[in-house]
Amino acid sequence: MSEIFGALIGLGDKLAEHVLLAAAAIALGILIALPLAVWAGRSQTVSRSVLTFASLVQTIPALALLALFFPILLSLRAVFGAGLPTLGFLPALLALALYALLPILRNAVTAREHMAPGVLEAADGVGMTGWQKLRLVEAPLAAPYIMAGIRTAAVWTIGAATLSTTIGQPSLGDPIFAGLQTQNWALVLAGCIASAGLAIVVDTLLGMVESGFAKRRKWMVWAGIAAALAGVAGSAWSLREESGGDTIVIGAKSFSEQYILAQLVGRQLEDAGFRVEYRDGLGSAVVHNAVTTSEIDISFDYTGTIWTNQLGRTDNPGRGEIFRTIADWEQESTGTLVLGRLGFENAYALAMQQQRAAQLGIRTIEDLARAAPSLTIGADVEFFERPEWIAVRDAYDLRFADQRNFTSTFMYDALTGGEADVISAYTSDGRIAADRLVIVEDSKGAFPSYDALVLVSPDAAQNPDLLAALKPLVSAIDVDAMRRANFAVDRLENKKSPREAAEQLAQEIGL
Amino acid sequence: MPSTQPALSFRETTKRFGEVVAVNRISLDIEADSFVALVGESGSGKSTLLKTINRLVEPDEGSVLLEGEDVREADPPMLRRRIGYVFQGVGLFPHMNVGENIGIGPRLAGSKLSASRIGELLDGVELDASYAGRMPDELSGGQRQRIGVARALAGNPHILLMDEPFGALDPVTRDALGGRVRKLHDTLGLTTVMVTHDMAEALLLADRVLVMSEGRIEADCTPHELLDGAGGLIAQKLVAVPRDQAAALAELAQ
Repeated sequence: MSEIFGALIGLGDKLAEHVLLAAAAIALGILIALPLAVWAGRSQTVSRSVLTFASLVQTIPALALLALFFPILLSLRAVFGAGLPTLGFLPALLALALYALLPILRNAVTAREHMAPGVLEAADGVGMTGWQKLRLVEAPLAAPYIMAGIRTAAVWTIGAATLSTTIGQPSLGDPIFAGLQTQNWALVLAGCIASAGLAIVVDTLLGMVESGFAKRRKWMVWAGIAAALAGVAGSAWSLREESGGDTIVIGAKSFSEQYILAQLVGRQLEDAGFRVEYRDGLGSAVVHNAVTTSEIDISFDYTGTIWTNQLGRTDNPGRGEIFRTIADWEQESTGTLVLGRLGFENAYALAMQQQRAAQLGIRTIEDLARAAPSLTIGADVEFFERPEWIAVRDAYDLRFADQRNFTSTFMYDALTGGEADVISAYTSDGRIAADRLVIVEDSKGAFPSYDALVLVSPDAAQNPDLLAALKPLVSAIDVDAMRRANFAVDRLENKKSPREAAEQLAQEIGL
Repeated sequence: MPSTQPALSFRETTKRFGEVVAVNRISLDIEADSFVALVGESGSGKSTLLKTINRLVEPDEGSVLLEGEDVREADPPMLRRRIGYVFQGVGLFPHMNVGENIGIGPRLAGSKLSASRIGELLDGVELDASYAGRMPDELSGGQRQRIGVARALAGNPHILLMDEPFGALDPVTRDALGGRVRKLHDTLGLTTVMVTHDMAEALLLADRVLVMSEGRIEADCTPHELLDGAGGLIAQKLVAVPRDQAAALAELAQ
């Protein structure tokens, strides 16, 4: 309990960000929905098409909708220039506002059907102009229904806003995603409690406004609105920009190693006098785009990932050659600086339980290919779409009985729990040793190398102080040190936070 | 002293809804201060004809003149503020109290009705001035329609249009309110056009009865002429209903 409470205390900033994002999205949703609803009230065709569109948007999973705004905004840069943000607040705002449309629209449109018969005819009959009819009759009579729609939209938006973590917008999703990846359940619960609590408070306040409209008690309307606005203003005030110092934004993909590296670098930069912000839990493709477009300043990537996903290569000319080619390519294509290799490799590898591998007589992937038709392979959510897997699968003609996706954390549990026979492990993962796993040898060299890299965005690369502060990290981390740090975060007992693991790692490597 | 020009004139007024001709080239004049009933069965076009006056319905052909002026030349909201309109649905605004409902027309035009004027209007429909503060959902159907009439008269209109005004009321209320409206018509010097499917109501209240069928005026008579058998088959069929009822009741009473 005290762990959860402690985690809740630390969520002030995330809560404030969450409030601002949700409030902005609901406000934008209202701003779009109300004029549309007025228009829809005057035309059946508009009414039908608007509601169909809003319902269609609703069928897109929130996570996908948020992610879709990244490429949309990226392509819109052709129109609005390179200054258009593609990550963070803007895409989250747009996606959530779209999501908020449906309940507001639907309620506003059905409100007309709930109006007492004859009222609209009377409004015309007494000589109201269109505007007077809207202001004096339609709006006040529809207000309770519209408010109910706004309430629903607010609760949805507050919930869905937790997903904006994945596109680099800080929110109450940060502790949820970080906690899920590192199996820190206190953190997950704290995020859920804070988000649910916020939703309940907002629902209550807006409920008061709604019944104020329904019972025609103006003080209830104003009190509810005032309290909600006070919360938004308080959030904005608590996040007011502290002056002085550059802020460096460090991105991290959604697994423990990335969280630890982000903290390690963050610590290093704080010592050098920089202010640091973290964008944790970003998708793999999002991270690369974010750093090359200077949305974030620093990211960590792996040579094999860039080699196959960005350069589209499937050949394997050797570790050194791959690294040099990538560094040149990043420099030429976007001006992104590949600062250097961290010193360890985190390759994809196929791993099995020692006992099971011995029992089946599997040592190499060629051996595995023979047994595969009766085995199940488990992998992280992106693995089966990645070119590396396709290359390996084709090189060895791997045909498994079944393929299953897990988050990277649960993948290991799936192996020990027997839900999978083989998994796509990461070679720097501490759980390989801890769970007594064996790496199935890639005798044909079908997996490329995965040297961990530090990438510095084109903008940040112009900052010599930053580069100087980062330099000591190059070639400083060997794979054993990284495995220990990863395991400290991933293990179930005596877990460390990524920050603590980063501190321990810094000591070990003498930073 | 009879006015030199009619209060209302229809000139070849025609309205179609798709294939159906609801109002078929109707031309007639309505004298000022007269109380005219438009009677006909459902679908005869009587409501449509009425609504061409305040432009809730726009004719496809022909014109409607209000005190000599083509109604198409007026802005519809402005036109409607000059015309009292009462209809079966009443349509009191549920979020406004009785006083605000009555005062809505003048408010739209930018003036505020005094409490004493609201009291006067309430008195005109036989309601106490204290009703001004009540909400519509606290009222009975008959009281609501009384407020509807008061609202229609708030702007001192010359013309009062009524579309089945008493159709949803119980017979006692209906009779009382009908009589009340006829008195208001007389004291205020109104020109009243009332649409009804009830011939008895038309005969008892109106000076002139127009019988409509399939978009045309079939008969144009005084109540007395109709009771004397004039107006043709369709009109007489409608007159026969109350007459037979009255005869049957008289027989019962013996």
